[in-house]
Amino acid sequence: MSDTDITSTEMDGMGPGGTKVGLARVLGPAHIWGLGVGIVLVGEYMGWNFSVGKGGAYAALLACWFAGILYSCVAMIDSEVTSTVAAAGGQYTQAKHIIGPLMAFNVGLYLVFAYTMLEAANAITFGFLIDTVAGMTGHEGLDQRPFIILAIMFLAWLNYRGVLATLTFSLVITAFAFCAIIALFLTTAVFMSDSPLRHAELMTDLPYGWLGVIAAMHFGLWYYLGIEGTCQAAEEVRSPARSLPFGTLAGIMTLLIAATLTWYVCVGLMPWEYLGQAGVPLFDAARMSGSVTLMVLLGIGTMFATLASANGCINDASRAWFAMGRDHYLPDWFGAVHPKFRTPYRAIIFLVPIALIFALGAPLDQVITFSILSGLLGYTFMPLNVILFRRKWPVDTIKRGYEHPFHPIPAIILLCLCGVTFFAVFLGYGSQLVAMLSFYIIVSLWFHFWRYRFVRRAAQFTMPWPRPKGY
Amino acid sequence: MANYIPPVQGKISQIIDVIVLLVLAIGALYLPLFLGLAGSAQTSEVPENVTWDALGQNATMVEKWNELGYATATDAAELITSRFDYSFSVLNLLVMIVVVIGYYFIVLRFSGKEYSEVISEKFGDK
Repeated sequence: MSDTDITSTEMDGMGPGGTKVGLARVLGPAHIWGLGVGIVLVGEYMGWNFSVGKGGAYAALLACWFAGILYSCVAMIDSEVTSTVAAAGGQYTQAKHIIGPLMAFNVGLYLVFAYTMLEAANAITFGFLIDTVAGMTGHEGLDQRPFIILAIMFLAWLNYRGVLATLTFSLVITAFAFCAIIALFLTTAVFMSDSPLRHAELMTDLPYGWLGVIAAMHFGLWYYLGIEGTCQAAEEVRSPARSLPFGTLAGIMTLLIAATLTWYVCVGLMPWEYLGQAGVPLFDAARMSGSVTLMVLLGIGTMFATLASANGCINDASRAWFAMGRDHYLPDWFGAVHPKFRTPYRAIIFLVPIALIFALGAPLDQVITFSILSGLLGYTFMPLNVILFRRKWPVDTIKRGYEHPFHPIPAIILLCLCGVTFFAVFLGYGSQLVAMLSFYIIVSLWFHFWRYRFVRRAAQFTMPWPRPKGY
Repeated sequence: MANYIPPVQGKISQIIDVIVLLVLAIGALYLPLFLGLAGSAQTSEVPENVTWDALGQNATMVEKWNELGYATATDAAELITSRFDYSFSVLNLLVMIVVVIGYYFIVLRFSGKEYSEVISEKFGDK
Protein backbone atom coordinates (compact mmCIF):
# COMPACT_ATOMS: atom_id res chain seq x y z
CA MET A 1 0.00 0.00 0.00
CA SER A 2 1.22 3.45 -0.88
CA ASP A 3 1.60 6.03 1.86
CA THR A 4 -0.68 8.29 -0.18
CA ASP A 5 -3.81 8.81 1.91
CA ILE A 6 -6.51 11.20 0.83
CA THR A 7 -8.25 10.85 4.19
CA SER A 8 -5.24 12.26 6.00
CA THR A 9 -5.69 15.60 7.73
CA GLU A 10 -2.09 16.46 6.92
CA MET A 11 -2.52 16.08 3.18
CA ASP A 12 -5.40 17.56 1.27
CA GLY A 13 -5.20 16.63 -2.35
CA MET A 14 -3.08 19.49 -3.60
CA GLY A 15 0.00 17.96 -2.10
CA PRO A 16 1.58 17.41 1.30
CA GLY A 17 1.36 20.24 3.76
CA GLY A 18 -1.87 21.90 2.75
CA THR A 19 -3.41 23.58 -0.26
CA LYS A 20 -1.36 25.90 -2.38
CA VAL A 21 -4.35 28.12 -3.11
CA GLY A 22 -6.72 29.78 -0.79
CA LEU A 23 -10.17 28.38 -1.45
CA ALA A 24 -11.83 28.03 1.95
CA ARG A 25 -12.47 24.51 3.32
CA VAL A 26 -15.76 25.22 5.03
CA LEU A 27 -18.37 22.87 3.53
CA GLY A 28 -19.96 19.74 4.99
CA PRO A 29 -21.90 16.79 3.50
CA ALA A 30 -25.22 18.69 3.65
CA HIS A 31 -23.77 21.44 1.46
CA ILE A 32 -22.67 18.81 -1.06
CA TRP A 33 -26.18 17.35 -1.08
CA GLY A 34 -27.58 20.88 -1.47
CA LEU A 35 -25.17 21.66 -4.31
CA GLY A 36 -25.89 18.44 -6.26
CA VAL A 37 -29.65 18.30 -5.71
CA GLY A 38 -29.92 22.08 -5.98
CA ILE A 39 -28.44 22.10 -9.48
CA VAL A 40 -30.63 19.22 -10.63
CA LEU A 41 -33.97 19.60 -8.88
CA VAL A 42 -35.03 22.30 -11.31
CA GLY A 43 -35.09 19.48 -13.87
CA GLU A 44 -38.19 18.20 -12.09
CA TYR A 45 -39.77 21.66 -12.22
CA MET A 46 -39.11 22.16 -15.94
CA GLY A 47 -37.42 20.45 -18.87
CA TRP A 48 -37.98 16.75 -18.01
CA ASN A 49 -41.43 17.01 -19.56
CA PHE A 50 -39.97 17.54 -23.04
CA SER A 51 -39.27 13.79 -22.85
CA VAL A 52 -43.06 13.32 -22.71
CA GLY A 53 -43.28 15.30 -25.94
CA LYS A 54 -40.60 13.14 -27.57
CA GLY A 55 -42.14 9.78 -26.72
CA GLY A 56 -45.32 10.03 -24.66
CA ALA A 57 -45.98 9.59 -20.94
CA TYR A 58 -44.81 5.98 -20.55
CA ALA A 59 -41.70 6.71 -22.60
CA ALA A 60 -40.87 9.54 -20.20
CA LEU A 61 -41.13 7.15 -17.24
CA LEU A 62 -38.87 4.60 -18.91
CA ALA A 63 -36.45 7.40 -19.81
CA CYS A 64 -36.58 8.57 -16.18
CA TRP A 65 -35.55 5.12 -14.95
CA PHE A 66 -32.92 4.46 -17.63
CA ALA A 67 -31.47 7.91 -17.04
CA GLY A 68 -31.60 7.06 -13.33
CA ILE A 69 -29.44 4.00 -14.00
CA LEU A 70 -27.08 6.14 -16.10
CA TYR A 71 -26.72 8.67 -13.31
CA SER A 72 -26.37 6.03 -10.61
CA CYS A 73 -23.36 4.77 -12.58
CA VAL A 74 -22.11 8.37 -12.89
CA ALA A 75 -22.51 8.92 -9.13
CA MET A 76 -20.73 5.65 -8.24
CA ILE A 77 -17.82 6.27 -10.60
CA ASP A 78 -17.53 9.92 -9.68
CA SER A 79 -17.64 9.18 -5.97
CA GLU A 80 -14.68 6.84 -6.20
CA VAL A 81 -12.49 9.04 -8.35
CA THR A 82 -13.39 12.30 -6.64
CA SER A 83 -12.87 10.91 -3.17
CA THR A 84 -9.28 10.48 -4.33
CA VAL A 85 -8.85 13.54 -6.56
CA ALA A 86 -10.01 16.17 -4.10
CA ALA A 87 -9.36 19.38 -6.00
CA ALA A 88 -11.36 22.15 -7.66
CA GLY A 89 -12.29 21.40 -11.24
CA GLY A 90 -13.78 17.99 -10.40
CA GLN A 91 -13.79 15.82 -13.51
CA TYR A 92 -11.40 18.23 -15.23
CA THR A 93 -8.76 17.53 -12.58
CA GLN A 94 -9.52 13.80 -12.78
CA ALA A 95 -8.97 13.82 -16.56
CA LYS A 96 -5.74 15.78 -16.17
CA HIS A 97 -4.26 13.13 -13.89
CA ILE A 98 -5.73 10.03 -15.47
CA ILE A 99 -6.11 10.52 -19.25
CA GLY A 100 -4.15 13.59 -20.28
CA PRO A 101 -4.19 17.36 -20.83
CA LEU A 102 -6.28 17.56 -24.01
CA MET A 103 -9.00 15.36 -22.51
CA ALA A 104 -8.87 17.55 -19.40
CA PHE A 105 -9.25 20.71 -21.47
CA ASN A 106 -12.29 19.23 -23.19
CA VAL A 107 -13.79 18.04 -19.91
CA GLY A 108 -13.24 21.51 -18.43
CA LEU A 109 -15.14 23.02 -21.33
CA TYR A 110 -17.94 20.42 -21.04
CA LEU A 111 -18.36 21.48 -17.42
CA VAL A 112 -18.27 25.21 -18.11
CA PHE A 113 -20.73 25.04 -21.00
CA ALA A 114 -23.05 22.46 -19.43
CA TYR A 115 -23.35 24.59 -16.29
CA THR A 116 -23.39 27.99 -17.97
CA MET A 117 -26.15 26.91 -20.34
CA LEU A 118 -28.05 25.27 -17.50
CA GLU A 119 -27.71 28.55 -15.62
CA ALA A 120 -29.09 30.36 -18.68
CA ALA A 121 -32.00 27.89 -18.90
CA ASN A 122 -32.77 28.51 -15.23
CA ALA A 123 -32.77 32.25 -15.72
CA ILE A 124 -35.09 31.91 -18.75
CA THR A 125 -37.49 29.79 -16.65
CA PHE A 126 -37.29 32.26 -13.77
CA GLY A 127 -38.29 35.08 -16.13
CA PHE A 128 -41.06 32.94 -17.65
CA LEU A 129 -42.45 32.15 -14.19
CA ILE A 130 -42.48 35.82 -13.17
CA ASP A 131 -44.29 36.58 -16.44
CA THR A 132 -46.82 33.78 -15.80
CA VAL A 133 -47.55 35.00 -12.26
CA ALA A 134 -47.84 38.58 -13.54
CA GLY A 135 -50.29 37.40 -16.21
CA MET A 136 -52.38 35.59 -13.60
CA THR A 137 -52.61 38.77 -11.56
CA GLY A 138 -53.68 40.89 -14.53
CA HIS A 139 -50.31 42.29 -15.66
CA GLU A 140 -50.00 40.95 -19.21
CA GLY A 141 -46.94 41.47 -21.40
CA LEU A 142 -44.29 41.76 -18.70
CA ASP A 143 -40.73 42.20 -19.98
CA GLN A 144 -38.88 39.13 -18.67
CA ARG A 145 -35.37 40.39 -19.42
CA PRO A 146 -34.79 42.55 -16.32
CA PHE A 147 -35.70 39.58 -14.11
CA ILE A 148 -33.34 37.27 -16.01
CA ILE A 149 -30.49 39.78 -15.68
CA LEU A 150 -31.22 40.49 -12.02
CA ALA A 151 -31.34 36.78 -11.11
CA ILE A 152 -27.96 36.07 -12.70
CA MET A 153 -26.34 39.21 -11.27
CA PHE A 154 -27.64 38.57 -7.74
CA LEU A 155 -26.46 34.97 -7.70
CA ALA A 156 -23.07 35.91 -9.15
CA TRP A 157 -22.71 38.50 -6.38
CA LEU A 158 -23.60 35.87 -3.78
CA ASN A 159 -20.99 33.50 -5.24
CA TYR A 160 -18.42 36.30 -5.26
CA ARG A 161 -18.99 36.95 -1.55
CA GLY A 162 -18.22 33.44 -0.32
CA VAL A 163 -18.95 29.76 -0.80
CA LEU A 164 -20.39 29.02 2.64
CA ALA A 165 -23.20 31.57 2.44
CA THR A 166 -23.83 30.64 -1.22
CA LEU A 167 -24.23 26.93 -0.64
CA THR A 168 -26.12 27.38 2.64
CA PHE A 169 -28.59 29.51 0.66
CA SER A 170 -28.76 26.71 -1.94
CA LEU A 171 -29.29 24.09 0.76
CA VAL A 172 -32.25 25.92 2.30
CA ILE A 173 -34.10 26.74 -0.91
CA THR A 174 -33.39 23.28 -2.36
CA ALA A 175 -34.85 21.60 0.73
CA PHE A 176 -37.92 23.82 0.36
CA ALA A 177 -38.33 22.94 -3.34
CA PHE A 178 -37.96 19.21 -2.61
CA CYS A 179 -40.53 19.39 0.22
CA ALA A 180 -42.92 21.18 -2.16
CA ILE A 181 -42.81 18.17 -4.54
CA ILE A 182 -43.46 15.79 -1.66
CA ALA A 183 -46.35 18.00 -0.49
CA LEU A 184 -47.86 18.04 -4.00
CA PHE A 185 -47.68 14.25 -4.23
CA LEU A 186 -49.07 13.62 -0.75
CA THR A 187 -51.89 16.12 -1.17
CA THR A 188 -53.05 15.00 -4.62
CA ALA A 189 -52.47 11.26 -4.25
CA VAL A 190 -53.07 10.62 -0.56
CA PHE A 191 -54.84 13.36 1.40
CA MET A 192 -57.44 14.74 -1.05
CA SER A 193 -60.67 12.81 -0.62
CA ASP A 194 -61.53 13.33 -4.30
CA SER A 195 -58.10 12.94 -5.92
CA PRO A 196 -57.71 14.99 -9.12
CA LEU A 197 -55.31 12.39 -10.58
CA ARG A 198 -56.81 10.62 -13.62
CA HIS A 199 -54.14 8.22 -14.83
CA ALA A 200 -56.56 5.66 -16.26
CA GLU A 201 -58.24 8.22 -18.51
CA LEU A 202 -55.19 10.32 -19.47
CA MET A 203 -52.58 7.65 -20.19
CA THR A 204 -52.25 6.61 -23.83
CA ASP A 205 -50.20 4.09 -25.79
CA LEU A 206 -46.72 5.03 -26.95
CA PRO A 207 -47.43 7.61 -29.70
CA TYR A 208 -44.12 6.93 -31.47
CA GLY A 209 -43.70 3.29 -30.47
CA TRP A 210 -40.40 2.14 -28.98
CA LEU A 211 -38.43 4.61 -31.10
CA GLY A 212 -40.09 7.30 -28.98
CA VAL A 213 -38.77 5.64 -25.81
CA ILE A 214 -35.22 5.96 -27.13
CA ALA A 215 -35.89 9.53 -28.28
CA ALA A 216 -37.21 10.39 -24.81
CA MET A 217 -33.78 9.58 -23.33
CA HIS A 218 -32.60 12.93 -24.74
CA PHE A 219 -34.61 14.98 -22.25
CA GLY A 220 -34.66 12.09 -19.76
CA LEU A 221 -31.18 13.23 -18.75
CA TRP A 222 -32.75 16.48 -17.57
CA TYR A 223 -34.22 14.67 -14.55
CA TYR A 224 -30.68 14.37 -13.13
CA LEU A 225 -28.34 16.56 -15.19
CA GLY A 226 -25.74 18.19 -12.96
CA ILE A 227 -25.54 15.79 -10.00
CA GLU A 228 -21.92 15.23 -10.94
CA GLY A 229 -21.36 18.90 -10.05
CA THR A 230 -20.79 17.90 -6.44
CA CYS A 231 -17.17 17.16 -7.43
CA GLN A 232 -16.51 20.84 -8.10
CA ALA A 233 -16.63 21.54 -4.38
CA ALA A 234 -13.90 19.01 -3.66
CA GLU A 235 -11.36 21.64 -2.68
CA GLU A 236 -13.80 23.45 -0.38
CA VAL A 237 -15.19 20.60 1.75
CA ARG A 238 -13.74 19.87 5.16
CA SER A 239 -13.58 16.11 4.55
CA PRO A 240 -13.69 15.27 0.83
CA ALA A 241 -13.24 11.53 1.29
CA ARG A 242 -16.39 11.36 3.46
CA SER A 243 -18.54 14.28 2.29
CA LEU A 244 -18.33 13.83 -1.47
CA PRO A 245 -19.49 10.19 -1.73
CA PHE A 246 -22.12 10.76 0.97
CA GLY A 247 -23.50 13.97 -0.56
CA THR A 248 -23.45 12.63 -4.13
CA LEU A 249 -25.05 9.25 -3.43
CA ALA A 250 -27.68 10.76 -1.09
CA GLY A 251 -28.34 13.30 -3.83
CA ILE A 252 -29.00 10.74 -6.57
CA MET A 253 -31.36 8.84 -4.24
CA THR A 254 -33.26 12.06 -3.53
CA LEU A 255 -33.53 12.78 -7.23
CA LEU A 256 -34.77 9.29 -8.13
CA ILE A 257 -37.61 9.78 -5.66
CA ALA A 258 -38.38 13.33 -6.80
CA ALA A 259 -38.32 12.38 -10.50
CA THR A 260 -40.70 9.46 -10.12
CA LEU A 261 -43.15 11.45 -7.96
CA THR A 262 -43.03 14.35 -10.42
CA TRP A 263 -43.84 12.08 -13.35
CA TYR A 264 -46.66 10.38 -11.44
CA VAL A 265 -48.41 13.59 -10.43
CA CYS A 266 -47.99 15.43 -13.75
CA VAL A 267 -49.17 12.66 -16.08
CA GLY A 268 -52.21 12.16 -13.84
CA LEU A 269 -53.21 15.80 -14.20
CA MET A 270 -52.44 16.84 -17.78
CA PRO A 271 -52.83 15.37 -21.28
CA TRP A 272 -49.42 14.29 -22.56
CA GLU A 273 -49.60 16.60 -25.58
CA TYR A 274 -49.80 19.62 -23.27
CA LEU A 275 -47.29 18.28 -20.77
CA GLY A 276 -44.77 17.60 -23.55
CA GLN A 277 -44.31 21.31 -24.24
CA ALA A 278 -45.21 22.96 -20.89
CA GLY A 279 -42.84 25.64 -19.59
CA VAL A 280 -43.41 25.03 -15.86
CA PRO A 281 -45.15 21.62 -15.54
CA LEU A 282 -45.09 21.27 -11.75
CA PHE A 283 -46.58 24.72 -11.32
CA ASP A 284 -49.22 23.76 -13.90
CA ALA A 285 -49.87 20.56 -11.93
CA ALA A 286 -50.41 22.59 -8.77
CA ARG A 287 -52.83 24.86 -10.65
CA MET A 288 -54.71 21.79 -11.90
CA SER A 289 -55.00 20.37 -8.38
CA GLY A 290 -57.43 23.14 -7.51
CA SER A 291 -55.58 24.06 -4.31
CA VAL A 292 -54.43 27.67 -3.99
CA THR A 293 -52.00 26.68 -1.22
CA LEU A 294 -50.34 24.12 -3.50
CA MET A 295 -50.22 26.64 -6.32
CA VAL A 296 -48.39 29.16 -4.14
CA LEU A 297 -46.12 26.44 -2.71
CA LEU A 298 -45.14 25.09 -6.13
CA GLY A 299 -44.80 28.62 -7.56
CA ILE A 300 -42.29 29.43 -4.84
CA GLY A 301 -40.78 25.96 -5.26
CA THR A 302 -40.23 26.58 -8.99
CA MET A 303 -38.65 29.93 -8.26
CA PHE A 304 -36.40 28.47 -5.57
CA ALA A 305 -35.45 25.50 -7.75
CA THR A 306 -34.37 27.75 -10.64
CA LEU A 307 -32.40 30.00 -8.27
CA ALA A 308 -30.74 27.06 -6.48
CA SER A 309 -29.79 25.51 -9.80
CA ALA A 310 -28.42 28.73 -11.28
CA ASN A 311 -26.56 29.34 -8.03
CA GLY A 312 -24.92 25.90 -8.12
CA CYS A 313 -24.13 26.31 -11.81
CA ILE A 314 -22.31 29.60 -11.20
CA ASN A 315 -20.38 27.89 -8.41
CA ASP A 316 -19.40 24.89 -10.56
CA ALA A 317 -18.70 26.64 -13.87
CA SER A 318 -16.48 29.17 -12.12
CA ARG A 319 -14.50 26.41 -10.33
CA ALA A 320 -13.85 24.61 -13.61
CA TRP A 321 -12.84 27.86 -15.36
CA PHE A 322 -10.67 28.82 -12.36
CA ALA A 323 -8.95 25.41 -12.30
CA MET A 324 -8.13 25.65 -16.02
CA GLY A 325 -6.72 29.14 -15.47
CA ARG A 326 -4.62 27.92 -12.56
CA ASP A 327 -3.06 25.27 -14.83
CA HIS A 328 -2.48 27.80 -17.68
CA TYR A 329 -4.93 25.93 -19.93
CA LEU A 330 -6.56 29.35 -20.04
CA PRO A 331 -4.88 32.67 -19.18
CA ASP A 332 -3.67 32.35 -15.58
CA TRP A 333 -5.40 35.62 -14.71
CA PHE A 334 -8.52 33.47 -14.14
CA GLY A 335 -6.72 31.36 -11.55
CA ALA A 336 -6.88 34.06 -8.87
CA VAL A 337 -8.58 33.67 -5.49
CA HIS A 338 -10.18 36.66 -3.78
CA PRO A 339 -7.92 37.63 -0.83
CA LYS A 340 -10.87 38.26 1.51
CA PHE A 341 -13.78 36.10 0.30
CA ARG A 342 -11.55 33.23 -0.90
CA THR A 343 -13.59 32.63 -4.04
CA PRO A 344 -12.46 32.38 -7.69
CA TYR A 345 -13.91 35.85 -8.24
CA ARG A 346 -12.48 36.60 -11.67
CA ALA A 347 -13.90 33.40 -13.12
CA ILE A 348 -17.27 34.17 -11.50
CA ILE A 349 -17.42 37.68 -12.97
CA PHE A 350 -16.16 36.62 -16.40
CA LEU A 351 -18.86 33.99 -16.88
CA VAL A 352 -21.75 36.38 -16.07
CA PRO A 353 -21.98 38.00 -19.53
CA ILE A 354 -21.60 34.58 -21.20
CA ALA A 355 -24.64 33.28 -19.29
CA LEU A 356 -26.56 36.43 -20.21
CA ILE A 357 -25.78 36.00 -23.92
CA PHE A 358 -27.28 32.51 -23.81
CA ALA A 359 -30.20 33.46 -21.55
CA LEU A 360 -31.29 36.51 -23.51
CA GLY A 361 -30.69 35.30 -27.05
CA ALA A 362 -31.54 31.62 -27.50
CA PRO A 363 -34.71 29.51 -27.13
CA LEU A 364 -35.04 27.35 -24.02
CA ASP A 365 -35.00 23.95 -25.74
CA GLN A 366 -31.82 24.88 -27.66
CA VAL A 367 -30.07 26.00 -24.50
CA ILE A 368 -31.16 22.82 -22.72
CA THR A 369 -30.01 20.67 -25.65
CA PHE A 370 -26.56 22.26 -25.63
CA SER A 371 -26.31 21.79 -21.89
CA ILE A 372 -27.38 18.14 -22.23
CA LEU A 373 -24.88 17.57 -25.06
CA SER A 374 -21.99 18.95 -23.04
CA GLY A 375 -23.09 16.82 -20.10
CA LEU A 376 -23.40 13.76 -22.32
CA LEU A 377 -19.88 14.19 -23.68
CA GLY A 378 -18.73 14.34 -20.07
CA TYR A 379 -20.59 11.16 -19.13
CA THR A 380 -19.01 9.34 -22.07
CA PHE A 381 -15.60 10.34 -20.73
CA MET A 382 -16.34 8.91 -17.25
CA PRO A 383 -16.26 5.17 -18.05
CA LEU A 384 -12.96 5.64 -19.91
CA ASN A 385 -11.71 7.61 -16.95
CA VAL A 386 -12.52 5.04 -14.28
CA ILE A 387 -11.25 2.10 -16.35
CA LEU A 388 -7.91 3.86 -16.86
CA PHE A 389 -7.85 4.96 -13.21
CA ARG A 390 -8.19 1.39 -11.98
CA ARG A 391 -5.62 0.22 -14.53
CA LYS A 392 -3.01 2.89 -13.76
CA TRP A 393 -3.58 2.93 -9.99
CA PRO A 394 -5.08 -0.39 -8.86
CA VAL A 395 -7.00 -0.33 -5.58
CA ASP A 396 -3.98 -1.41 -3.54
CA THR A 397 -1.81 1.52 -4.70
CA ILE A 398 -3.90 4.52 -3.61
CA LYS A 399 -6.30 4.64 -0.69
CA ARG A 400 -9.77 5.64 -1.91
CA GLY A 401 -12.38 7.35 0.25
CA TYR A 402 -14.90 5.15 -1.57
CA GLU A 403 -14.54 2.14 -3.90
CA HIS A 404 -17.49 1.55 -6.18
CA PRO A 405 -18.62 -2.08 -6.43
CA PHE A 406 -18.91 -4.36 -9.49
CA HIS A 407 -16.22 -2.61 -11.56
CA PRO A 408 -16.27 -2.50 -14.63
CA ILE A 409 -20.01 -3.21 -14.96
CA PRO A 410 -21.15 0.37 -14.09
CA ALA A 411 -18.63 1.74 -16.61
CA ILE A 412 -19.90 -0.57 -19.38
CA ILE A 413 -23.56 0.20 -18.62
CA LEU A 414 -22.79 3.91 -18.60
CA LEU A 415 -21.01 3.71 -21.96
CA CYS A 416 -23.95 1.80 -23.53
CA LEU A 417 -26.53 4.26 -22.16
CA CYS A 418 -24.47 7.18 -23.45
CA GLY A 419 -24.52 5.57 -26.91
CA VAL A 420 -28.32 5.28 -26.74
CA THR A 421 -28.60 8.91 -25.65
CA PHE A 422 -26.40 10.11 -28.53
CA PHE A 423 -28.87 8.38 -30.86
CA ALA A 424 -31.79 9.97 -28.94
CA VAL A 425 -30.31 13.44 -29.45
CA PHE A 426 -29.69 12.61 -33.11
CA LEU A 427 -33.44 11.98 -33.48
CA GLY A 428 -34.63 15.55 -33.90
CA TYR A 429 -31.55 17.52 -32.83
CA GLY A 430 -28.85 16.06 -35.10
CA SER A 431 -27.66 19.42 -36.43
CA GLN A 432 -26.99 20.70 -32.89
CA LEU A 433 -25.09 17.52 -32.13
CA VAL A 434 -22.83 17.96 -35.15
CA ALA A 435 -22.40 21.71 -34.42
CA MET A 436 -21.38 20.98 -30.83
CA LEU A 437 -18.96 18.21 -31.80
CA SER A 438 -17.47 20.41 -34.52
CA PHE A 439 -16.87 23.05 -31.86
CA TYR A 440 -15.09 20.57 -29.59
CA ILE A 441 -12.98 19.19 -32.45
CA ILE A 442 -11.86 22.69 -33.49
CA VAL A 443 -11.02 23.78 -29.93
CA SER A 444 -9.18 20.49 -29.36
CA LEU A 445 -6.94 21.18 -32.35
CA TRP A 446 -6.52 24.78 -31.19
CA PHE A 447 -5.48 23.60 -27.71
CA HIS A 448 -3.11 20.86 -28.88
CA PHE A 449 -1.33 22.90 -31.55
CA TRP A 450 -1.39 26.34 -29.91
CA ARG A 451 -2.52 26.75 -26.35
CA TYR A 452 -0.72 23.79 -24.79
CA ARG A 453 2.70 25.37 -25.45
CA PHE A 454 2.03 27.74 -22.52
CA VAL A 455 1.41 24.90 -20.06
CA ARG A 456 4.10 23.55 -17.73
CA ARG A 457 4.26 19.78 -18.12
CA ALA A 458 5.01 18.25 -14.72
CA ALA A 459 3.33 21.07 -12.77
CA GLN A 460 -0.08 19.85 -13.98
CA PHE A 461 0.28 16.64 -12.00
CA THR A 462 -0.54 17.88 -8.51
CA MET A 463 -1.74 14.70 -6.77
CA PRO A 464 0.62 12.99 -4.34
CA TRP A 465 0.28 9.71 -6.23
CA PRO A 466 2.88 7.16 -7.25
CA ARG A 467 3.92 6.71 -10.88
CA PRO A 468 1.05 5.24 -12.94
CA LYS A 469 1.43 1.63 -14.01
CA GLY A 470 2.52 1.19 -17.62
CA TYR A 471 4.36 4.55 -17.83
CA MET B 1 14.93 14.63 -19.97
CA ALA B 2 15.15 18.40 -19.61
CA ASN B 3 12.11 20.08 -18.15
CA TYR B 4 9.97 21.97 -20.65
CA ILE B 5 9.99 25.73 -20.06
CA PRO B 6 6.87 27.31 -21.59
CA PRO B 7 7.18 30.68 -23.33
CA VAL B 8 5.71 33.72 -21.60
CA GLN B 9 2.46 34.72 -23.27
CA GLY B 10 1.77 38.43 -23.76
CA LYS B 11 -1.41 40.02 -22.39
CA ILE B 12 -2.88 40.74 -25.83
CA SER B 13 -2.26 37.18 -26.93
CA GLN B 14 -4.05 35.93 -23.79
CA ILE B 15 -7.04 38.15 -24.49
CA ILE B 16 -7.13 36.91 -28.10
CA ASP B 17 -7.12 33.31 -26.84
CA VAL B 18 -10.17 33.93 -24.68
CA ILE B 19 -11.97 35.76 -27.48
CA VAL B 20 -11.30 32.88 -29.90
CA LEU B 21 -12.74 30.40 -27.43
CA LEU B 22 -15.83 32.51 -26.84
CA VAL B 23 -16.48 33.19 -30.50
CA LEU B 24 -16.29 29.46 -31.22
CA ALA B 25 -18.65 28.61 -28.33
CA ILE B 26 -21.20 31.26 -29.19
CA GLY B 27 -20.92 30.29 -32.85
CA ALA B 28 -21.64 26.65 -32.02
CA LEU B 29 -24.88 27.69 -30.32
CA TYR B 30 -26.03 30.41 -32.69
CA LEU B 31 -24.88 29.15 -36.09
CA PRO B 32 -27.52 26.39 -36.29
CA LEU B 33 -30.10 28.96 -35.16
CA PHE B 34 -29.10 31.48 -37.84
CA LEU B 35 -29.00 28.78 -40.52
CA GLY B 36 -32.44 27.55 -39.51
CA LEU B 37 -31.08 24.11 -38.67
CA ALA B 38 -31.80 24.27 -34.95
CA GLY B 39 -34.72 22.67 -33.24
CA SER B 40 -36.54 19.48 -33.82
CA ALA B 41 -38.61 18.80 -36.90
CA GLN B 42 -42.21 18.91 -35.69
CA THR B 43 -45.21 18.73 -37.99
CA SER B 44 -48.86 19.29 -37.25
CA GLU B 45 -51.78 17.87 -39.25
CA VAL B 46 -55.00 19.45 -38.04
CA PRO B 47 -58.12 17.65 -39.37
CA GLU B 48 -60.57 19.70 -41.44
CA ASN B 49 -63.48 19.16 -39.09
CA VAL B 50 -61.97 19.89 -35.69
CA THR B 51 -63.81 18.29 -32.78
CA TRP B 52 -62.53 16.79 -29.53
CA ASP B 53 -63.57 13.36 -30.85
CA ALA B 54 -61.69 13.87 -34.09
CA LEU B 55 -58.63 14.75 -32.05
CA GLY B 56 -58.98 11.50 -30.06
CA GLN B 57 -59.73 13.20 -26.74
CA ASN B 58 -61.99 11.54 -24.16
CA ALA B 59 -64.21 13.39 -21.63
CA THR B 60 -61.51 13.57 -18.94
CA MET B 61 -58.96 14.88 -21.42
CA VAL B 62 -61.43 17.55 -22.60
CA GLU B 63 -62.06 18.56 -18.99
CA LYS B 64 -58.31 18.91 -18.42
CA TRP B 65 -57.83 20.93 -21.62
CA ASN B 66 -60.61 23.27 -20.46
CA GLU B 67 -58.93 23.67 -17.06
CA LEU B 68 -55.69 24.49 -18.85
CA GLY B 69 -57.42 27.33 -20.70
CA TYR B 70 -58.16 25.61 -24.02
CA ALA B 71 -61.90 26.21 -24.29
CA THR B 72 -62.48 24.67 -27.74
CA ALA B 73 -61.01 21.84 -29.79
CA THR B 74 -59.73 24.38 -32.32
CA ASP B 75 -57.62 26.08 -29.62
CA ALA B 76 -55.86 22.83 -28.73
CA ALA B 77 -55.83 21.22 -32.20
CA GLU B 78 -52.34 22.24 -33.26
CA LEU B 79 -50.83 21.19 -29.94
CA ILE B 80 -52.58 17.82 -29.96
CA THR B 81 -51.68 16.97 -33.55
CA SER B 82 -48.09 18.16 -33.35
CA ARG B 83 -45.62 15.28 -33.86
CA PHE B 84 -41.86 14.86 -34.18
CA ASP B 85 -40.51 13.55 -37.44
CA TYR B 86 -38.13 10.75 -36.52
CA SER B 87 -37.35 9.68 -40.05
CA PHE B 88 -33.62 9.80 -40.76
CA SER B 89 -31.19 8.64 -43.37
CA VAL B 90 -28.71 5.89 -42.56
CA LEU B 91 -26.01 8.07 -44.13
CA ASN B 92 -26.68 10.86 -41.62
CA LEU B 93 -26.55 8.35 -38.78
CA LEU B 94 -23.24 6.98 -40.04
CA VAL B 95 -21.84 10.51 -40.31
CA MET B 96 -22.84 11.16 -36.70
CA ILE B 97 -21.23 7.92 -35.51
CA VAL B 98 -18.01 8.72 -37.38
CA VAL B 99 -17.95 12.26 -35.97
CA VAL B 100 -18.49 11.07 -32.37
CA ILE B 101 -15.93 8.27 -32.55
CA GLY B 102 -13.51 10.44 -34.53
CA TYR B 103 -13.74 13.15 -31.93
CA TYR B 104 -12.92 10.83 -29.04
CA PHE B 105 -10.17 9.18 -31.08
CA ILE B 106 -8.47 12.52 -31.73
CA VAL B 107 -8.77 13.61 -28.12
CA LEU B 108 -7.52 10.33 -26.64
CA ARG B 109 -4.62 10.06 -29.08
CA PHE B 110 -3.33 13.59 -28.53
CA SER B 111 -3.97 13.31 -24.79
CA GLY B 112 -1.92 10.12 -24.65
CA LYS B 113 1.08 11.84 -26.22
CA GLU B 114 0.82 14.83 -23.89
CA TYR B 115 0.32 12.59 -20.85
CA SER B 116 3.50 10.61 -21.54
CA GLU B 117 5.46 13.87 -21.48
CA VAL B 118 3.84 14.91 -18.19
CA ILE B 119 4.61 11.59 -16.48
CA SER B 120 8.12 11.50 -17.86
CA GLU B 121 8.88 14.98 -16.55
CA LYS B 122 7.11 14.43 -13.21
CA PHE B 123 8.59 11.05 -12.33
CA GLY B 124 11.68 10.99 -14.53
CA ASP B 125 12.47 8.66 -17.41
CA LYS B 126 12.18 4.97 -16.66
